[in-house]
Amino acid sequence: MKNFTCGTVALLILAFAPPSQAAVRVLATTADWGALTRELGGDRVDVYTATTAMQDVHRVEAKPSLVARARTADLLVANGAELEAGWLPVLLQESGNARIQRGAPGFFEAASAVRLVEVPAKLDRSMGDIHPFGNPHFHLDPRNVAAVAKSLAARLVAVDPAGADYYAARSADFDRRWSEAMTRWQAKAASLRDVPVVVMHRDQTYLLRWLGLKELAAIEPKPGVPPSAGYLGELVTRLAATPPRMILLNAYNDPKAANWLSNRVHAPAVVLPYSVGGSAAAKDLFGLFDDTLARLAGAAQ
Amino acid sequence: MSGYKPIAALVAVACAVLAQPARAEDDAAALRAELDSLKSDYDARVAALEARIAALESAPVAVPVAEAMSAAPAASSASAFNPAISLVLAGSYADTSRDPEDWRIAGFLPNGGEIGPGERSFSLGESELTLAASVDPYFTAQLTAAITGEDEIEVEEAFFRTLALPAGLTAKGGRFFSGFGYLNEVHAHAWDFADQPLVYQALFGNQRSQDGVQLKWLAPTDLFIELGAETGNGDAFPGTRESGNGLDGTTLFAHVGGDLGDTANWRVGGSWIDLDAEGREYEDADIAGNPVLNAFTGSSRTWVADAVFKWAPDGNFARRHLKLQGEYMERRESGELAFDLENAALVDSYRSTQSGWYLQGVYQFTPRWRAGLRYDALDSGNPAIGLVTSGSLAAGDFPALLAGDPSRTTAMVDWNPSEFSRWRLQYSWDEARDDGDTDRQLVLQYLFGIGAHGAHKY
Repeated sequence: MKNFTCGTVALLILAFAPPSQAAVRVLATTADWGALTRELGGDRVDVYTATTAMQDVHRVEAKPSLVARARTADLLVANGAELEAGWLPVLLQESGNARIQRGAPGFFEAASAVRLVEVPAKLDRSMGDIHPFGNPHFHLDPRNVAAVAKSLAARLVAVDPAGADYYAARSADFDRRWSEAMTRWQAKAASLRDVPVVVMHRDQTYLLRWLGLKELAAIEPKPGVPPSAGYLGELVTRLAATPPRMILLNAYNDPKAANWLSNRVHAPAVVLPYSVGGSAAAKDLFGLFDDTLARLAGAAQ
Repeated sequence: MSGYKPIAALVAVACAVLAQPARAEDDAAALRAELDSLKSDYDARVAALEARIAALESAPVAVPVAEAMSAAPAASSASAFNPAISLVLAGSYADTSRDPEDWRIAGFLPNGGEIGPGERSFSLGESELTLAASVDPYFTAQLTAAITGEDEIEVEEAFFRTLALPAGLTAKGGRFFSGFGYLNEVHAHAWDFADQPLVYQALFGNQRSQDGVQLKWLAPTDLFIELGAETGNGDAFPGTRESGNGLDGTTLFAHVGGDLGDTANWRVGGSWIDLDAEGREYEDADIAGNPVLNAFTGSSRTWVADAVFKWAPDGNFARRHLKLQGEYMERRESGELAFDLENAALVDSYRSTQSGWYLQGVYQFTPRWRAGLRYDALDSGNPAIGLVTSGSLAAGDFPALLAGDPSRTTAMVDWNPSEFSRWRLQYSWDEARDDGDTDRQLVLQYLFGIGAHGAHKY
């Protein structure tokens, strides 16, 4: 009985102990912004990432563990541009945490630091699952990551002024390493310019624009709409005249349609990590782009 | 006078130039050298600028937030603050083997809720209109109105909620679905079946909402621990609005939840709903078949246990996922039962213990298709009716209270062309009447959502 009581008390203490050692508790909605926060925040941040690279961030459950993390977060690092529209509002609402509500210093949206492309001129759901503020998958252009890094570093200082010098140093260091890496990637990307590709969903747009890859078609006829057999047939006919060199899909995509098309048009289906954690090599943001470029360059040869 | 000044200057310059012919050649050479250097300098700068333009044209470039903001078109100030509006349209086609008119839940009091299989043939369901927005930095407000197929508008929910309370507290006030159990807060369009489980239909007339206030507290822990309390005017089955001043009825609930790795998550809860009924009337028939109006006055206490488990490969709910949920409820009522209020008006004690549960599973096997199975069971128990035990009346004078063990099995398949449309086919083997004759019910239902993209509750 005594053991049982002790166990219960220990469990209760564990359950109720505020689990905070680092200065700033961060809830990041995606693995990429989580990784960037770790780069900039180092030991002063305790980052919890709401999703993994294997998940479709459009469709995430507002599950209890995320509500609990939102409750204790000092800073929410979201992607924004309505990428998380289906679940983040519930987290904010249920969190009972005034620090991370929209407009508070603890509410950060990466989208606020960049200019989005593909902003629809007209909003109508007959066009599929479109995002009113533009294509939200902007982390796949490293220049956007650099812009978000500057903005996020400033926000970390706002939330944790005591660490201002620390964040400034880490931010400068990241900026330097990132610039070097971009030069490396750009050199590697030279061979990819104007290579024709087919994409899965419009979430590789920024990557394509950065590298100068040419998008021939998307497997999804409209954003968020899975392809029908008829549409895939049409696609094969259409691509016969201008065959793609490769078909790109993300780690979290169902590979069925891409593999089917790959066999018909005789172009390899290339699975890209898409997010940090999307492949064994994509351990951090540097790894994400290193691996993405390696896979693209490999398939382009 | 001033008109002569430029002329004078020109003359002076001309004289100066003419006066020094010897130095002209040197100057020309120097000027030519300067021009050459300027030209090569400009060539380099033009080349650099051209390179920058090419770079800018080839891809989008990140710009500071202020610039990006100013590039966005400004909405007109009159409509910029309009609330988010969403509308859900629902309708169904029903085919039942037995007449829906005589549908009842054996052993459970009629509660006035819109329960049961509904009408045969085509019916327009409730159109749910929701308006929601932040009021100011401190509150949000939301209205959900149901426009029924019978041309009525019902306020389902209309409440404010706080945004800025300290210590993990959130307060809500107005009319809202009570936070007990799992399904009570879920709006009809988000149900996984076309109707509520029998236990919700029998014990709460589908869903319980009341006019009142709610306070919720979320623990500052990684384990999700939520405690909530509600009170209000006590109206809505099984309570009734009392004649006196003050608050009536208490609802307490606690939920705990977390993850099991990356792929699964869970939540369990316990709730307690303590209400008072004062002259809660229901229609019945006496042993001779004459209609009578009876009423219960006393306390009604219900406890609820709920559990939900969700699983998806890699935690990617977009492709495939499984959702299992179940709830158990038990209600104890004790007080007085009045028989035939309008004539005999006999009153004596009443005590009952009634319970029920359901268990359901829904599996999304491809991104657009889901299949589900649900089992419902209720136990009405044998109420202790003072008027019967004393011999004043016979058990047959209370046909609505004759014991029963209603049950139902339901299967459904739904097709979701997008996040905003759903077609559902549902088949039920309904034994709610508990008379040995199964009611086979087929329902084809559609649900369409337009307007704002609502976020989905867990």
